[in-house]
Amino acid sequence: MIFVFVTGCFAIWLKDLVASTIILGIYSLIMATIWVVLDAVDVAFTEAAVGAGVTTALLLFAIWLTGKSEKKVNRIQWGAILGVILTGSLLIYGTIGMPDFGDPSAPAQIHISPYYLQNSLAETKAPNAVTAVLASYRGFDTLGEVTVIFTAGIGVLALLSGFRKRRKREKGVIQE
Amino acid sequence: MKNYLILRVITKLLIPFILLFGLYVQMHGDYGPGGGFQAGVIFASAFILYAIVFDVRIARKVMPMWLLTILSCVGVLLYCGVGIATLIYGGNFLEYGVLSSIPSSGNHIGILIIEIGVGIAVAAVILLIFFSLAGRR
Repeated sequence: MIFVFVTGCFAIWLKDLVASTIILGIYSLIMATIWVVLDAVDVAFTEAAVGAGVTTALLLFAIWLTGKSEKKVNRIQWGAILGVILTGSLLIYGTIGMPDFGDPSAPAQIHISPYYLQNSLAETKAPNAVTAVLASYRGFDTLGEVTVIFTAGIGVLALLSGFRKRRKREKGVIQE
Repeated sequence: MKNYLILRVITKLLIPFILLFGLYVQMHGDYGPGGGFQAGVIFASAFILYAIVFDVRIARKVMPMWLLTILSCVGVLLYCGVGIATLIYGGNFLEYGVLSSIPSSGNHIGILIIEIGVGIAVAAVILLIFFSLAGRR
């Protein structure tokens, strides 16, 4: 946890965006180990593959396209600070209402997860209960997630390919 | 990165194993950790590694943009198609139990197919984003 905090602070503090990106990758990797410690292997897998791997590569390429250093901000933006403090205190206030860590009488433990854990193997023949829940019991949610990813891809494609065409046209005008 | 001999050789050695590991995670998702999403990302990362170490243009020849666009649609449509197939078989949308005579094995088949759909869609979309970012200069 301390490592996560330190790397997070470094990622914000450093002005060099490439270094920040690499540190964010390290941050994700440490988060993945924390998920493993908490026995959430599937989440750890995703965190290591997406957070530490692909996101780092995508961010590096985005930096390569735009610019390496952060824009300097001289005056203090009070509105932003106020917003951050408000949201942060609201979130901390929210955690007070959460049940204790590992509390057996928490709603997450007694509501529906015992049913999944006891019946998912017999009903889906999938020994991994996480996959059974994601793909079968919550199949509609996963369909939504796939649609979100698909929409993101289509959006990036629409934005970037249109830009290139326009730039080509502008170049053509200059050459004429 | 034409001059880094060690990088090139190691990448060439690693890529088949990364692809194999992606397929393993895909097909083994219902027994161990993993599934379509993780498998798609691992599969895409093999191509990203290839594109970084060798050249984006060569990687694009292996996986052209039109193919990626089609593949991302195929992934989502495979998922929806399973839902519609269950409708045709007389169940609810995405109620996989009706795919087989035994509901539990029908569930298993449904999970396998939609995981493949998720894997194809995720891999194609990540490569699509990567290539459209990397091919800009």
